[in-house]
Amino acid sequence: MTLLFTNARLINPDAGTDALGHLLVQDGAIVSVLDEKDALPSADRVIDCGGKCLAPGIVDIGVKVCEPGERHKESYKSAGLAAAAGGVTTIVTRPDTLPAIDTPETLEFVTRRAQADAPINVVSMAALTKGREGREMVEIGFMLDAGAVAFSDCDKVVQNAKVFSRALTYAKSCGALVIAHPQEPVLSAGAAATSGKFATLRGLPAVSPMAERMGLDRDIALLEMTGAKYHADQITTARALPALERAKKNGLDITAGTSIHHLTLNELDVADYRTFFKVKPPLRSEEDRLAVVDAVRRGVIDIISSMHTPQDEESKRLPFEEAASGAVALETLLPAALRLYHADLLDLPTLFRAMSLNPAKRLGLSGGRLEAGAPADLVLFDVDVPFVLDRFKLRSKSQNTPYDTQRMQGRVLATFVAGECVFER
Amino acid sequence: MSDAPTYFRQNHLLGIEPLHPLEITEILDLADSYVELNRQTQKHADALAGLTQINMFFENSTRTQASFELAGKRLGADVMNMAMQASSIKKGETLIDTAMTLNAMHPDLLVVRHPHSGAVDLLSQKVNCAVLNAGDGKHEHPTQALLDALTIRRAKGRLHRLNIAICGDIAHSRVARSNLILLGKMENRIRLIGPPTLVPGHFAEFGAEIYDDMHEGLKDVDVVMMLRLQKERMDGGFIPSEREYYHRFGLDADKLAQAKPDAIVMHPGPMNRGVEIDGTIADDINRSVIQEQVEMGVAVRMAAMDLLARNLRSRRQGEAA
Repeated sequence: MTLLFTNARLINPDAGTDALGHLLVQDGAIVSVLDEKDALPSADRVIDCGGKCLAPGIVDIGVKVCEPGERHKESYKSAGLAAAAGGVTTIVTRPDTLPAIDTPETLEFVTRRAQADAPINVVSMAALTKGREGREMVEIGFMLDAGAVAFSDCDKVVQNAKVFSRALTYAKSCGALVIAHPQEPVLSAGAAATSGKFATLRGLPAVSPMAERMGLDRDIALLEMTGAKYHADQITTARALPALERAKKNGLDITAGTSIHHLTLNELDVADYRTFFKVKPPLRSEEDRLAVVDAVRRGVIDIISSMHTPQDEESKRLPFEEAASGAVALETLLPAALRLYHADLLDLPTLFRAMSLNPAKRLGLSGGRLEAGAPADLVLFDVDVPFVLDRFKLRSKSQNTPYDTQRMQGRVLATFVAGECVFER
Repeated sequence: MSDAPTYFRQNHLLGIEPLHPLEITEILDLADSYVELNRQTQKHADALAGLTQINMFFENSTRTQASFELAGKRLGADVMNMAMQASSIKKGETLIDTAMTLNAMHPDLLVVRHPHSGAVDLLSQKVNCAVLNAGDGKHEHPTQALLDALTIRRAKGRLHRLNIAICGDIAHSRVARSNLILLGKMENRIRLIGPPTLVPGHFAEFGAEIYDDMHEGLKDVDVVMMLRLQKERMDGGFIPSEREYYHRFGLDADKLAQAKPDAIVMHPGPMNRGVEIDGTIADDINRSVIQEQVEMGVAVRMAAMDLLARNLRSRRQGEAA
């Protein structure tokens, strides 16, 4: 079975190119990437892309699917449909479920659920410590055997440096990647906003942006000590960037991500206590946002994630301080990221380097590339079409998106996983 | 029935931030007339006759609640007090459900105090009556700022181009925020004085000058506003001890001597004598206007509820038509 995409604007993050061409797929894998002028090979099925963009499918690290425990917020089925509609071909799920994914048995359960229900690729992260309580490490070896691609306590910081350093040391011996949330936990306890004029005016409990740098500084010191393989889930402030850059220059095995919300929104979007804009860490100043966008451009920040966090209406219809953190973003990740493209801040190969290539590379997955031999996980999208987001049309079970009623530009036309169309508009 | 307000356009009184200076002046002018009414033996008016006022206090309060209750009763409203911290929250009801329940009883004025910033705002979106913020978290306490403004205006004869010092625990104070906004809108110079742990530097971005020395900060001010050192809000560790705080930041005769000779001393109450203010200064009838503040509180709340009720009536008439 061969499939030929013709007249596509091919976004190749590895080569850094954005040019018209054709793409031939056979048996679920890319066979060849052809130049615009090359002769068209014959194929069983031909899709004329009409000049629309074809890019490697998004690999989204840090998606919360609420199984086990809170399936009413998001299931593997609903998350899978939302991902497909958003051009996300691989979701890397978080272990901050109820209970946490901290044993091989729980991991096998979610793997089975994902295989049965999700039309896209699902790989799982496991907790780093039991119950994400920061006391004892999980069975890292067994969990790796059961398919865990990384270990993370998500937004809970392992406060005890001794526990964390031992977990890093052990993880290193297994070749496991540890993903951490750089944040000084005591300083940021109870914070609902970033300290500054806005938080002061609104009277919200706030944390200094410095808490992120302090957390990162500690983790970098522990990396120097242990040599472990480390990824910071979200870097969102300008003050943390020099430390990150230095650590990379010094040859530590460190990468960093950021969330689409911190790239496209700032603290002022909270306005009159709009709880759909409450995320963790809290939204930052405009200066921080622009510094983080620039860090993505320079490659200091490697990965953009949706940090998809479903919350039901009850968790959000509360006073701001009491409301739950997090936003759904699988379906809005690409349109929101395209804001950065339309604002001339990032080009398309850079965006897909951060959304597809880098996350795949960091986790040792084969996707994220437009090259012969790579799986045909692809997203076809119209970069220009405008629309107004209606949150009630989202496929997620939870509709807590900060982009509700906002104007967006660019959306997915079709998504392919291993050459199979899993979504078509 | 009274006329529609000239400038006041609000459906709720959620904070000082949304108010135009002319709206503030209209509230204060009307409050002046209620001060006169309150000083008579026959204190009844009928601006709120037939209306139902519910006071929902999710946080302890004696003075503010009594002031709102009296204001409502003097204007003829049916007033009901609900001590919320004792009731439904403990049973797990959410704020919005509580609001919807009360809304079904058709109140016209809802006076709300809540420990979380923005909670009153949220509640106002879910009910169809006028909501007055009686203090939300560390956000705003608009009627306190209005009564302070009225007190200053009556004592000083004007509410602009004054040097005003706000002293003490600014960080945890909604009173300070509302006052800062109001006095700023009316074009006064504002100084914030206190230890840096209680006066975060971000306040400078609102145009205030920040001092950590009382002697320096009080120099030539017209008004000294003291704030309560909110012990219940302290996580611990903001100041080394009460006695050091009193020594450095408590208002005594020596520090007050730096201010203008006719400077007035204010305090929103309840006072901690010997912590933030010396007892003799608080009682000095030539300097302290603390009792006047309490009196102005009732009048300002009458004025605010009167104006909100007028807008509520015309809104409902518009809906009916």
